[in-house]
Amino acid sequence: MTHSPAPVPAHADQDHILDTLPGDLMIWVLIVSELLVFGAGLLAFLGMRIMDPIAFAHDQDSLNRVAGAVNTIILISSGYLAARAVHSAQHMRKWLAGSMVLGVAFLIVKWMEYADKARHGIGIESSDFFTFYYLLTGFHAMHVLAGLVIFALMMRWPNPRNLEGGVMFWHMVDLVWVLLFPIIYLVR
Amino acid sequence: MKYQSQKVAYAYFLVAMILFAVQVSGGLLAGWIYVQPNFLSELLPFNVIRMLHTNSLIVWLLLGFFGAAYFLVPEESERELHSPMLAYVQLAILVLGTAGVVVTYVFDLFAGNWLLGKEGREFIEQPVWVKLGIVVAALIFLYNITMTVLKGRKTAITNVLLLGLWGLVLLFLFAFYNPENLALDKMFWWYIVHLWVEGTWELVMASILAFLLLKLTGVDREVIEKWLYIIVATALFSGILGTGHHYYWIGTPGYWQWIGSVFSSLEIIPFFAMMSFSFVMVWKGKRDHPNKAALLWALGASTVAFFGAGVWGFLHTLHGVNYYTHGTQITAAHGHLAFYGAYVSVNLAIITYAMPILKGRDPYNQVLNMASFWLMTGGMSFMTFVLTFAGTVQTHMQRVLGENFMDVQEGLGLFYIMRWGAGAAVVLGAILFIYAQLAPRREVISRSASEEA
Repeated sequence: MTHSPAPVPAHADQDHILDTLPGDLMIWVLIVSELLVFGAGLLAFLGMRIMDPIAFAHDQDSLNRVAGAVNTIILISSGYLAARAVHSAQHMRKWLAGSMVLGVAFLIVKWMEYADKARHGIGIESSDFFTFYYLLTGFHAMHVLAGLVIFALMMRWPNPRNLEGGVMFWHMVDLVWVLLFPIIYLVR
Repeated sequence: MKYQSQKVAYAYFLVAMILFAVQVSGGLLAGWIYVQPNFLSELLPFNVIRMLHTNSLIVWLLLGFFGAAYFLVPEESERELHSPMLAYVQLAILVLGTAGVVVTYVFDLFAGNWLLGKEGREFIEQPVWVKLGIVVAALIFLYNITMTVLKGRKTAITNVLLLGLWGLVLLFLFAFYNPENLALDKMFWWYIVHLWVEGTWELVMASILAFLLLKLTGVDREVIEKWLYIIVATALFSGILGTGHHYYWIGTPGYWQWIGSVFSSLEIIPFFAMMSFSFVMVWKGKRDHPNKAALLWALGASTVAFFGAGVWGFLHTLHGVNYYTHGTQITAAHGHLAFYGAYVSVNLAIITYAMPILKGRDPYNQVLNMASFWLMTGGMSFMTFVLTFAGTVQTHMQRVLGENFMDVQEGLGLFYIMRWGAGAAVVLGAILFIYAQLAPRREVISRSASEEA
């Protein structure tokens, strides 16, 4: 794959709509795949909830909604800082560093939630609700971690095109959380 | 033939086709045992025939992949193979190992011996010495191909092919881990069986398809490469965690049911992409390549793979469905159409493309070959439908109504007879294919030629 802008196409029909997308095409393939997975997971969660609404509501009450809300604010703010990094080449590292600090804060809050559950003897096999809770938020947390690694790599080897792709990945992680939080923590 | 060392592929394709004949004949035998259960029960029990049927399938497909690599890598890298001699040594080791496996299975030699006897597992049951041979041969292969690629031009096609082949070989190392615990045994063998056919092999298939479409349609390499990367990304994204669909009922934790269901549902995407890729390239293509048979096989491979692996796979991949269908004839239907569509057909496609070049009788019109395509594909499709109906009836009687396994099997007799007929068509098609490759047919059959005559 080239890092330079796409070469002038030899044929008019090759000037495809995909060529006008920002960032690399492959990051879009990844984003769509991720949204399909989390979307399917959330649909399955909702489907299972219909079958046993009382048990799901009971388990949901044991979640820490304040922690979830705090994490939502943290992650959206982090996304804002990452977006700023794309637009200011000079201060790119500063913005990204801020974004990463908030990313780490998100993981710390998440860790505290998991630790609290573990103290109460709750694990991934405790109930259908918690299977989904751990699978969905766990996969999501792994993506936050992956995003932090990607940001670290971009600070080491800056490149506008890669930066764009990395920040798009981060926004996808944001978006998924914004869907997970209401559906898992709030919806009754 | 642009490079002399491509000739190595001829030997690989030849052995592959011989094993192909052995494999389908074994299938025909096994299919007859479903009709008449005591057939050969003393001489050659069903479990041995089944092992031969599946093992020879895997070995000939691998030989085909090796042959394909030896054929297309010199052309892509624009240089001769690093060492044709090593390639022949590798083939000799593999042939020896294959012969060893057949003899060991059929006569049940060295039972219980850790080095010489078969391991008694359902999959990856080869004797340890054969496995060691496979690893040595695989290392020779990787060395040979990687050196060729490193010294020559690097293309997306060779990169993806190498990624697939390296992954394939490294994953095979799990074959040496044979835990006492049956659940663990099953868990680890899918690292090979699943991550091969729903991971690394897909990369090999995609790169062979890409090479064929590049040659046959003349579409720009850049366009082909973009498709190739999308196929690879979606195959790995869905396929790796899709392994979870084998972990529903073997004693692994319950969350695998959701991981397996969600990710394996997406496994249809790379197969859909491969099918779209093939057809879009042909529509965009500006070249009228004379080898129409190779194009037929390439289009057929991607289409039948989409239905066999994609659609028939999705049919029973959700754990709520699989709870009922697991291990019924539905699985057999999927297994047959998926392997035929994806890996048998892509091998026959590259063989069809390469053989006229390797034998120096290019171009020519492979009418018999095309007839064999329709015979085999028709037979395999019919077999798939029959087994799907049989599996549906079986699922209902056995899993829903709770009837006895053997009683249900009695009731499926008619389906098994029809399946055998379909299998016979596939065997005839396979023989016809091999004949069409080997019998010298120099003439070009074209409309204008027949009109003049």
